[in-house]
Amino acid sequence: MNRITRRGTMALGAGAMAAASFGARAAIPMGNATAPRQPIENGATLRVLRPTKFVDADETVFRENTAKFTAQTGVQVRVDFAGWEDLRPQTAVAANTGAGPDVVVGWADDPHIYADKLLDMTELATYLGQKYGGWLALPQRFGKKWGTEQWISLPMGGTGAPCVYRISWAKEAGYDSVPTDHDGFLKLCQGMKRNGHPAGFALGNAVGDGNAFCNWLLWSHGGMVVDEAGKVAINSPQTIQSLRYARELYQTFIPGTLSWGDINNNRAYAAGEIGLTQNGVSMYFSLKNDPRTAAIAEDTGMMRMPTGPAGKMAENVLLLNAMVFKHSRFPNASKEYLRFMMEAEQYDPWLTGCGGYWSHPLAAYGESDVWKSDPKLAVYRDTNTVEFWSGYKGPISAASGSVAADYVVVQMYAAAASGQSTPEDAVREAERRARRYYR
Amino acid sequence: MADTTTAAVPWNPKRAAPGALARLLDNKAFLVFLCLLPAVGLLLVFLTYPLGLGIWLAFTDTHIGRGGVFVGFENFESLWYDNVFWNAVFYTVFYTAVATVLKFGLGLWLALLLNENVPFKSLIRAIILMPWIVPTVLSAIAFWWMFDAQFSIISYVLVDVLGWRTSYIDFLGTPWHARWSLVFANVWRGIPFVAISLLAGLQTISPSLYEAALLDGASSWQRFRKITAPLLAPILSVVLTFSVLFTFTDFQLVYAITRGGPINSTHLMATLAFQRGIPGGQLGEGAAIAVSMIPFLILATLFSYFALSNRKWQQGGSDE
Repeated sequence: MNRITRRGTMALGAGAMAAASFGARAAIPMGNATAPRQPIENGATLRVLRPTKFVDADETVFRENTAKFTAQTGVQVRVDFAGWEDLRPQTAVAANTGAGPDVVVGWADDPHIYADKLLDMTELATYLGQKYGGWLALPQRFGKKWGTEQWISLPMGGTGAPCVYRISWAKEAGYDSVPTDHDGFLKLCQGMKRNGHPAGFALGNAVGDGNAFCNWLLWSHGGMVVDEAGKVAINSPQTIQSLRYARELYQTFIPGTLSWGDINNNRAYAAGEIGLTQNGVSMYFSLKNDPRTAAIAEDTGMMRMPTGPAGKMAENVLLLNAMVFKHSRFPNASKEYLRFMMEAEQYDPWLTGCGGYWSHPLAAYGESDVWKSDPKLAVYRDTNTVEFWSGYKGPISAASGSVAADYVVVQMYAAAASGQSTPEDAVREAERRARRYYR
Repeated sequence: MADTTTAAVPWNPKRAAPGALARLLDNKAFLVFLCLLPAVGLLLVFLTYPLGLGIWLAFTDTHIGRGGVFVGFENFESLWYDNVFWNAVFYTVFYTAVATVLKFGLGLWLALLLNENVPFKSLIRAIILMPWIVPTVLSAIAFWWMFDAQFSIISYVLVDVLGWRTSYIDFLGTPWHARWSLVFANVWRGIPFVAISLLAGLQTISPSLYEAALLDGASSWQRFRKITAPLLAPILSVVLTFSVLFTFTDFQLVYAITRGGPINSTHLMATLAFQRGIPGGQLGEGAAIAVSMIPFLILATLFSYFALSNRKWQQGGSDE
């Protein structure tokens, strides 16, 4: 979650911005649906809290859309941008004190922690779903209260981490694309390593990249941290198998990945030190927009990581999840604001401006021009169709966030991959630590 | 006329009886209390209350966003069986001990050198303060680059320029390399404080003592041993106490460079408390880790205070 440190390297190009302003929205297919009646209260003003931008357009387009809302409704809106790591504590303060922002665009789990303090979103979510081709799998998971059909939040976008690799180096190793199975993937990495182009995945205390890589390892082998009931179930043959696989894969890594934070893979990839890693779309744009690295971007391919059981995509996605607190004096204005931001006239320019960094939660936006502007981006289009989530396969709770922040899964893989622990010891330690949070 | 004067009305000044407030303010005990009130208030609000709250939280299962209930020693019990916590305790003690010894050894040496008559003395002193003045996070980021696995300048010089090694050093990826790298960064940052403080102490020692010793034919080692060391001891103990406290509670260097990695081998108690308490949301457990630092800190303070400052020879006696 602290990809914030990479912000310096991000600057989305004018190309993406231009696409945002010229009629991209025409392409979004819309179904018939009547917007819920939400008469805006007299004299309403709103405060909105959201995470700070990671790509420039995220803030500029978001602010433009907000200004449009003010122009059309007369509702003054103040948008505050909080650091990614500060957002969770700030949401907690708003929830506990019953004061502060009306709308919080928080992280995936947060609305579920404060479910009883939030306005019901069912009507609005149903409307948006009908109009824009339905909600994708992950937003459904995180929008609805666990085990019910009641919506408590509106997922706004998710950022995933597919495989990013050098096309020519993969070819040199005998592969035209990234294999969809684990064995093939390992062989690809081994081949590239032999040619002097090692892979590199963060195994250090990197909240974003570390958890992305290690959750993929776990889920794609059929492992899970907890079962459906929220009981710790990490100590399974599947997990052991994934740890053995991690040990093999680690041999193809560049040295030093145990110390890698969220930024190291970007740097090493941009410098041509590694030939394969996992990342959000932002890295591709920063390579493409810098003349010195444009050639690397040209040679960069982006594909799914090997899939999980039954061919399911098993990548970690970080979701933006908007909620309205019951303590808001202007509930209708808050909901109207969110509806306005999710409508194609506003949402599509935002999606496009960010270059797909926050991938859409509503199926119809799959037709957005951003996904056609560069065929390489296609893999990011399906980000939110993933059926795995942080804390899979248990109910969404505060515990999954704690497990991620304490790097329980990351350190299990780091210990086993580097050979500091046997897979059995590593998984027992992770089990003990996970139990501490899921009690 | 005279009659009238003798029969004058007795001068009976009617002094207004002092008001309740005036009498209260005349009361010395009350006045002392009143004057202390702002200071006591500040201490209570900004020191006692947070400390008390921290200790209370350590005995609850509070999460961020959800209140907690009193759980007794549950947090501490769980920490007792937590390898990560014991790793952090070990590394905190190791980090503090090694860094302090190095800082004092090198700092004292530097102070002795600077106490000699060297040209451009004040300029050199100013330069020496640099590591101490630079914000810790900035120097941490500089070290982070120097210790980078792929782009380290140290590795670059050793491998590509001098050719002494064939592979880059994995400074932060192997536990002991990472531990020593952080100690090095801390020592670099801490030496100026020690050196400048000890230099101030050295300059209070009267030169006549050295002259007398010279006349008696004392060697330079004897002069150091019998004059410098004992007279420097009081300030040494103060500086040592501060230095130990700063090092033990260090946070920024470790958090900015390794975040406690690889696999928790460089977690300090402070960084672990933060990681569990704030991003991890387990305020109760984070507070318990922070509270666990208190006994160590008291012990360290008592040690440096009693071991160094309360010697009989400082009062003219002998304790040998």
